Amino acid sequence: MTRQYRHNLNGSTLDKGAPQLEVDDVRLRFGGVTALADVSLTVHQGDIHAIIGPNGAGKTSLLNCISGLYRPQKGHIKLHEGEAAHVLTRARPSRIARWGVARSFQNIELFKHISVLDNLMLGRHVHMRHSVWQSFLFFGPARRREIAHRELVEEVIDFLEIQAVRNAHVGALPYGIQKRVEVGRALCLQPAVLLLDEPMAGMNTEEKEDMARFILDVNDLAGVTVVLIEHDMEVVMDISDVVSVLDFGRQITTGPPHEVKANPEVITAYLGEEQAS
Amino acid sequence: MATATGVYHTSYEADLALRTTRAEWIRLALLFVAVIVAPFVLSPFWLTVANQIGIAIIGAVGLNILTGHTGLISLGTGAFLGVGAYTSAILVTRFDVPTLVAIIIAVAMTAAIGTFFGLPSLRLKGLYLAMATLAAQFILLFAFRNWEFVTGGLDAIVVPSPELFGWALQTDFAWYWVIFGTAALVVFGARNLFRTGLGRAFHAIRDQDIAAAVMGIDVGRYKLLSFAISSALVGLAGALTAHYRTIVTWERFTLDVSVLYLAMIIVGGLGSVAGSVYGATFMTVLPAAIQQFARNVRDTLPVLAREMPAIQLVVFGLVIVLFLLFEPRGLDRTWQRVKDFFRLWPFRY
Ligand SMILES: Nc1ncnc2c1ncn2[C@@H]1O[C@H](COP(=O)(O)OP(=O)(O)OP(=O)(O)O)[C@@H](O)[C@H]1O
Ligand SMILES: [Mg+2]
Repeated sequence: MTRQYRHNLNGSTLDKGAPQLEVDDVRLRFGGVTALADVSLTVHQGDIHAIIGPNGAGKTSLLNCISGLYRPQKGHIKLHEGEAAHVLTRARPSRIARWGVARSFQNIELFKHISVLDNLMLGRHVHMRHSVWQSFLFFGPARRREIAHRELVEEVIDFLEIQAVRNAHVGALPYGIQKRVEVGRALCLQPAVLLLDEPMAGMNTEEKEDMARFILDVNDLAGVTVVLIEHDMEVVMDISDVVSVLDFGRQITTGPPHEVKANPEVITAYLGEEQAS
Repeated sequence: MATATGVYHTSYEADLALRTTRAEWIRLALLFVAVIVAPFVLSPFWLTVANQIGIAIIGAVGLNILTGHTGLISLGTGAFLGVGAYTSAILVTRFDVPTLVAIIIAVAMTAAIGTFFGLPSLRLKGLYLAMATLAAQFILLFAFRNWEFVTGGLDAIVVPSPELFGWALQTDFAWYWVIFGTAALVVFGARNLFRTGLGRAFHAIRDQDIAAAVMGIDVGRYKLLSFAISSALVGLAGALTAHYRTIVTWERFTLDVSVLYLAMIIVGGLGSVAGSVYGATFMTVLPAAIQQFARNVRDTLPVLAREMPAIQLVVFGLVIVLFLLFEPRGLDRTWQRVKDFFRLWPFRY
């Protein structure tokens, strides 16, 4: 595919392959449950980095730590940007979003009572200036800003092929489309790192293929780093550059798909469990 | 909701416009004419009611920004109206501040106090936040009644009729233009707010506050901003009441008033600027109509006329319950349906 984008969806200025997101010795506990047991991994710019593991392994918890929703008891997470490194484990979620971390949720968390367009425009929030007076007046700077940011949003709409539902209320849309809109909302932020929590869960094969294609495009064409949680092993092995395996909060291994697939520990922990169930 | 079949926009500008079809412009023109003609044809009684409607619209739009658009319930509207009214009245009567300046200061004051009492919203939601704003209502009412040195306590403050650009504002007719001019600006401003990123952030917080934070919205800051904008408008309504009625007493700012304003936005439509207008109109006209009815049947049905205050309360309660049951999205939704019916006719969708 040779498509030219007018807007660069990638918010990172790092070179491809540079260490971008560093999870260092992170421990997260809920009472007696250890959701993450001293997990360390590095995500490199431009990679699709999959995180897999059985149910309750701590995958979502790890994303929540990265986006600032959970605060680990130990360790830290750093995001590299140019020469600087932001410490995510000490920042609020809204700040982390400003640094370019965008995400989708396992259970769709869209803004249900507003339109698809408004949901996507909210992805532009951090890039817009907001002034009470200008908003009340509307004509002038506020309107110019709305239109300027609308252009990138329309590009994302085209990219995700959701033109037809642009003005629909999100709550009324089918599940698969909602999932797509949620990815779109994150993309509109022009993320440096895109965190996707099971973007294909509950989809049929065709929808899955579409979503896999979108993820590949975002990564390939736009160069956005993707951290992907996914249960469908076939998809994971197909599209990811690196795979990390968690089990009971413990990191079993990290490596290229074919190595991970052959790792006996992974087979017992992950695939073995699948056979048992 | 029926999508606007046959409505196409060819530019983002057109897509952002509030009205696009001819029918919409004609309706707006008709409304404009009605508002201009009304004061010339209304009886004195209904002209007073009209002015009350105008003030209620300002307050209801304000409350709806907080409760309907940002999802933060407030039971303190009555007291915030009082803050606006007392501040403006005190500035004019004791410090000889020009009315216009006093109103502006009153608006800022109410915004500040509203924001302060909005602080619990950083931690609390739903019923717990309702309790916190209820506390604000009682604390402020207590201040109005007992802080005699400032508010005059139980005694009313009598405010002189103001002059605006050398024009004495004494009659209902003169006030009508001031009140409806202000209300029109407020409605237009609020509509604008919700077609820009700021208003969108409020909606995001209402619908999913965690996702809002993850999308980079500073949820706490925006909640307080919503309290500030909302209280500013409520304070404006309060300040206007003070000068329009020329008298300020604590009885006008009780919990009943808070509940009445909530009823307005529920009946009109939560999270809709137009809904605030419909609700404010409906809930102001209803008691006036009942009152008028009682006056008409005074001679023929004296029993009924005597029980009117009680009947009024029952009707009020009934209206709210019926709306919650059958049209939870308020008059705004009803109106949408009527419009859709005609636009799509003879089809159903
Ligand atoms: N907010 C929370 N409070 C208490 N326990 C939690 C919380 N969030 C996660 N946990 C626990 O942490 C562990 C890891 O959960 P997590 O949701 O991260 O798993 P997961 O790998 O995403 O699983 P799944 O594949 O089912 O989504 C589980 O035992 C879960 O019960
Ligand atoms: Mg999960």
